[in-house]
Amino acid sequence: MSSASPSLSRQDVAKVALLSRLALSERELDHLTGELSKIVGFVSQLADVDTSAVEPLAHPLDSQNVFRDDVVTPSLTRESVLRSAPRHDGESFLVPAVLGETGAA
Amino acid sequence: MAAAPSPADVASPGSFTTIIGLEVHVQLQTATKLFCGCPTTFGAPPNTQVCPTCLGLPGSLPVMNRHAFDLAVRAALALECTIAPFTKWDRKNYFYPDLPKGYQISQFDLPFSSDGFLEVVDPKGAFSRRVGIIRVHLEEDAGKSMHDEAAGTADSRIDLNRAGTPLCEIVTQPDLRSPQEARAWLNELKLLLVYLGVSDCNMQEGSLRVDANVNLHIPRPDGSVAKTPIVEIKNMNSFRSVERALAYEAARQWEEWQATGRELGSAPKQTRGWDDPAGVTRGQRHKEESSDYRYFPEPDLVPVRVSADDLARARAAMGVPPAGLRHMLAERWSISAYDADVLVNQGRDLVAYFEELAGLVGEGKVASNWMQQDVLRTLNERGGTIDAFPVRPPALADIIGRIAAGDFDTSRGREIFAEVLASGRTVADVVSSLGIAAVDDDALDVLCRELVAANPKIVADVQGGKEQAAAGLIGQAKKKNPNVNPGKVRAKCLEIIRGL
Amino acid sequence: MPSDPLQLSAVEIVAAVRSGDLTATACTEAFLDRIARTNGTLNAFLCVDREGALARAADIDARRRAGRPLGPLAGLPVGVKDALCTADLPTTCASKMLAGYRPPYDAEVVARLRRADAVIVGKTNMDEFAMGGSNENSAFGPVANPWDTSRAPGGSSGGSAACVAADMAPVAIGSDTGGSIRQPAGLCGITGLKPTYGRVSRRGLVAFASSLDQIGPMARSAADCALTLEAIAGHDPGDSTSLTDAVPDYSRMLDKPLTGLRIGRVPEHFAAGLDPEVARGVEEAFAVFRELGATVHDVRLPHAHHGIPTYYLIAPCEASSNLARYDGAHYGYRAEPGGGHRAEPGGGHRAADGRDADATAAFESPLVEMYCRSRAEGFGPEVKRRIMLGTYALSAGYYDAYYAKALRVRRLIRQDYLDAFESVDLIGGPVSATAAFPLGEKTGDPLAMYLVDMYTVTANLAGVGGISFPCGFTAGGLPIGFQLQGPALAESLLLNATDRFQSLTDWHRRRPPLAV
Repeated sequence: MSSASPSLSRQDVAKVALLSRLALSERELDHLTGELSKIVGFVSQLADVDTSAVEPLAHPLDSQNVFRDDVVTPSLTRESVLRSAPRHDGESFLVPAVLGETGAA
Repeated sequence: MAAAPSPADVASPGSFTTIIGLEVHVQLQTATKLFCGCPTTFGAPPNTQVCPTCLGLPGSLPVMNRHAFDLAVRAALALECTIAPFTKWDRKNYFYPDLPKGYQISQFDLPFSSDGFLEVVDPKGAFSRRVGIIRVHLEEDAGKSMHDEAAGTADSRIDLNRAGTPLCEIVTQPDLRSPQEARAWLNELKLLLVYLGVSDCNMQEGSLRVDANVNLHIPRPDGSVAKTPIVEIKNMNSFRSVERALAYEAARQWEEWQATGRELGSAPKQTRGWDDPAGVTRGQRHKEESSDYRYFPEPDLVPVRVSADDLARARAAMGVPPAGLRHMLAERWSISAYDADVLVNQGRDLVAYFEELAGLVGEGKVASNWMQQDVLRTLNERGGTIDAFPVRPPALADIIGRIAAGDFDTSRGREIFAEVLASGRTVADVVSSLGIAAVDDDALDVLCRELVAANPKIVADVQGGKEQAAAGLIGQAKKKNPNVNPGKVRAKCLEIIRGL
Repeated sequence: MPSDPLQLSAVEIVAAVRSGDLTATACTEAFLDRIARTNGTLNAFLCVDREGALARAADIDARRRAGRPLGPLAGLPVGVKDALCTADLPTTCASKMLAGYRPPYDAEVVARLRRADAVIVGKTNMDEFAMGGSNENSAFGPVANPWDTSRAPGGSSGGSAACVAADMAPVAIGSDTGGSIRQPAGLCGITGLKPTYGRVSRRGLVAFASSLDQIGPMARSAADCALTLEAIAGHDPGDSTSLTDAVPDYSRMLDKPLTGLRIGRVPEHFAAGLDPEVARGVEEAFAVFRELGATVHDVRLPHAHHGIPTYYLIAPCEASSNLARYDGAHYGYRAEPGGGHRAEPGGGHRAADGRDADATAAFESPLVEMYCRSRAEGFGPEVKRRIMLGTYALSAGYYDAYYAKALRVRRLIRQDYLDAFESVDLIGGPVSATAAFPLGEKTGDPLAMYLVDMYTVTANLAGVGGISFPCGFTAGGLPIGFQLQGPALAESLLLNATDRFQSLTDWHRRRPPLAV
C-alpha cells in the first residue's frame, strides 16, 4: 500500500454505510466522505512502518485454553428476555419479515 | 487404501459426471451451549433457554465449553483430520435477526482441524468412495426465524433457544460422484458421529443440516471437459431429500447446459433451495454484499493449544469406529460384510450383545442369523434398546446350543425364544413346561415305522428316486410328536424305506 | 476528623462507618444532597438512585448495629459509569440507542461493589458508547468540568471524573479504552487508574473495543483507588480474558519508600504540541519523585507516535463489530416503520424533503430499512463515524493494509514497553497535551479530538496499567495531570508511587471553586 493519502469515493462510503446498516442522507454522505477520507489518510501513515518481521498482536495477553465445564446454569425467564424487545408477541421477538432467504450465504 | 473406481467416475461423451461436495453442520451432543450454560435440549418453548450471552445483551461475554471442544476434536480425529496445535476463534460479521450479536463466533483461517477423509463402501458392492474432508471447525449456531406466510403478517418471529448451540462444520472435497453415493456417505457420517457420541445427527430436529454443491463435468468429442457452474443447494430436510435434490439438480444442469452451454466461471455461484413437495430446486435471490463477513480474531476469546497428550487422551476415549468394527466382526466371527454392516448399523450396544452371543455359541454365522432374524425383528416390534431386551446372550446361546445338540429344531427353538421373551422364565423352565424332551431312538423308530406304513405313496416316490418326498413325512411326525427332530425323522424314514 | 462527609476520603469514610462514628445513611444523604445541588450545572449523573442508595445505607446501618459483618467498602457512596450494567438502574451508555434500557443482570464489578457493601448512588454521564475525549458526545448533554464549567472534563469517563472532582461521590468507576479514565482524571484534578488488561472483569461492561477496554477506580487519592481496586479486581471465570493472578493487598503496599525506584522519562513526550505549563508541571513532578528517592532516566518508546493511528484502527474495527448488536431487533431503539422522519444530529426530527432523500433510500427490504434507520437514528455522529471507519478497515481488500497492519504495529508498541521496562520500573510523563479545553473547541474536527489521547492509547494497546493524578495547576487554575505507566500487573507499584507523591504534595486535596 502506498503512503499517499488514499481518498474514499462517495460510492465507497455508501457501500460501507450499507455494510454497516446505517441510513445516510445525501448531505451526511458528502460530509462523511470528507471526514472518513481525512481519517483514513491519517491512519494510513502506518504503511511507512516496517512490519515485515512482525506478527499481528490481536490479544495483549498471552493466555490460552480458557474453558468452562458443560454444566447447565439458569437461563433468563422469557419475561426478562422479551422485556426490552421493541416488538414481541409474548413468545418470540417480532421483526419485519425475512422472506425466502436464509441468513449467511 | 484407494477406492475401487465406481461406474460413476468416468463419463462417456453424450453423458456427464456429477461432481458433488457437501457442507454438513452437526450439533454437538453437549448439555449446554458453546459459550454459556443454557441447555441445548430440543423442543423447549421459544426463548426459554436464553441468557445474556446467547442473547447478545450489552456487556455479555463468551466462555468456551470444554466438552464441546473435546467432542469436536473426537469427530475430527475419527475423520482422520490433522488437529492444529494452535487454533483461534474469529468473528463472522453479518446482520440477521436470528444472529443477535450481529456476528457469529466461528473459525476462519486457523480451523482446529483439516485434511481428513471418510470412506463409504456399499455393502452390496455397488460403489465405494473415499471422500476427502477439507476442514472441520467449531462455531456457534444461530437462532430460528419463523415466517408464517399463510398468516399474511408482515413479521417474522425469532426464537433464540438455538442461538449459541455448538456446531461442527464439516466441509468435504467435491469427491462424491452420484446422489446415491452422497446419501450413503451421509449415512456413514451419521453412523460414525452417533458411535462417537458426538451428535445424534437427527435431521428432523435440526441436529444435522446439509448443504450440497454440485456441478457437471461433460466430456466433449474433442476430449476436453466442459464444466457447468456450481450450484449450492439448501433446504434439504432428510438424506432422501439430499439424494432427490441432487438427482433433480444434475438433470436440470444437464438440460440447461444443452440449452445454453454456460460454463463454470461465467456467472457467480448460484444458490438454489430444494422444494421437497414440488420436487424441484428454485433459484434464490442473489445478495451482492453478503460475502464480505469482515472476519477478524475474536478478542473476547483466547486461543487454544492442543498438546500431544490431549490428542492421545482423545484417541483413547474414542472407541473403535464403525468401519473398524465391521472389519473386526467379519474377520473375528467369519461373517459376511453384509452381515457385519447390518449389525454395526444398529450401534455399539447391539454389537456388544452379538459378540457376547457369538462367543458363547462359539460360531458367528448362526449367532448373526439369530441376531438379524429374531433379535432385531422382535426388538423393532417391541421398541426399546438392546440393553433393555429381556433375552440376554446366555439365554439365547442356551437355546442355540440345544438346537445344535439336537434337542429340538430351529423352529421349535423360535417358539422357546418367544416364550422366554414373553414370560421372562428361564430356557430350561420353558423347555420342560412345553414338554420338550428328547425323543429317544426307540420311540423315533416306532413313530417312523408307523408313518412309513401309513404313507405308501411317499414310499413309492422315494423308492422311485425322489428322496425329497420323505420331507412330507416330517410334518406328520411333528403332528404326532412335536419334539421330534426333523432331520432325524427324515434320516430314519429313509433308512426304513431303504430296508423295505 | 472533619464532620462533613464530603471532606472525608473513601478510606476515612469506610473506617468511620465501621467504627460507628458515621452512619452510612448520614454519609449517603450528604453526597446525595451535593449531587442534587450540583448536577444541574455539571450534568455528571444521568441517573441518581436516591431511594435505592438510602435503602442500602439503612440496611448497612442496621447490620452494623446488629454486629453483623460488613464488606470492605461498607457505606461508601460510589458513582458508576453508565457503560456498566446495573440490573436495577437504566444503563444507557449515554446513547439514544439504549435510552431506558434496563439490563437483567449486574456487571461483575457492580456485583463486587454491592457485595463489598458500597452504596451506588447513580450512573455517571460519558461519551456515547465510550467514544470520545471530552464527554461532548453524550446524547444527554455534555458534562462540565467542575474547575471551569465552560470547559470539558475530558472523556469518555467525564461524568465519573466530574463526580469525584465536585465531591458528588468520593469514588467513581470509569472505563478506559484509549485513556478514558486517565485523561479525564488529569483534566479534573483527580486520581484515576487503568489497571493491566484482564485485571478487572469486563463482564457487564458494554463493550467498545474488547481487546483494549478496562474498568478502573477514580477517586481523590491513590489510597482511595487502592481500596476500591481491591474490591473489584480479580479473576472472573465469566470473562475469558480475565487474569488468574492473585490480587495483592494494594492498601498495605502504599507507603513503601521509593528509594531506588527508576522512573523513565520519554523525551519525545516533550515535543511541540505539549502546553508549556503542562510541561513545567510534569517536570516539577519528576523533581518530587527525585525527592522521594527515585531516579529519573531517559527512555525511548520509538513507536509511541504511531499509537494514535494504530488505536484509531483497532478500536473502531472492534467497535464496528461490538455495536452490530444494536440493530433494533431484540432490545434498544427501533425506528418507527414508515420512514419520512429522521433524527437530527442534535436530537429532534425533521421530515425528509425530496432533495434530502436518504442516500440508501431504496432499502432492499423492510428488515434492512429497520436496521439502517434504527441505527442512524439511535447512534450519534461520532459513533457512526467510528463504525464506518471500522467496517471499512475490516472489509475485503482493506483488511491487510489497515486492520492487520495496525495489529502488527501494536506488537511493536508492546515490545517498546517490554524493552523500556528492562531499564526502568515505571514510565512518567504527561497524560494530556493541554489542560481542560473549552467545550466546543474540538467538536468540529474529529481528528483534533482523537489527538487528545496521544499519551494514553499506547498503554491500552500494550495491555499495561497506567495511573494519572494531579501534579499542579495552570495559572488559570486548571489541573495539570501526571501519568505513570508500569509493566503488566504493576498496579501495586503505580499506586505506591502515586501515594508517596501525594504524601509530599497537596494537589490532590484541592477542590474546585464551584458556586452552588
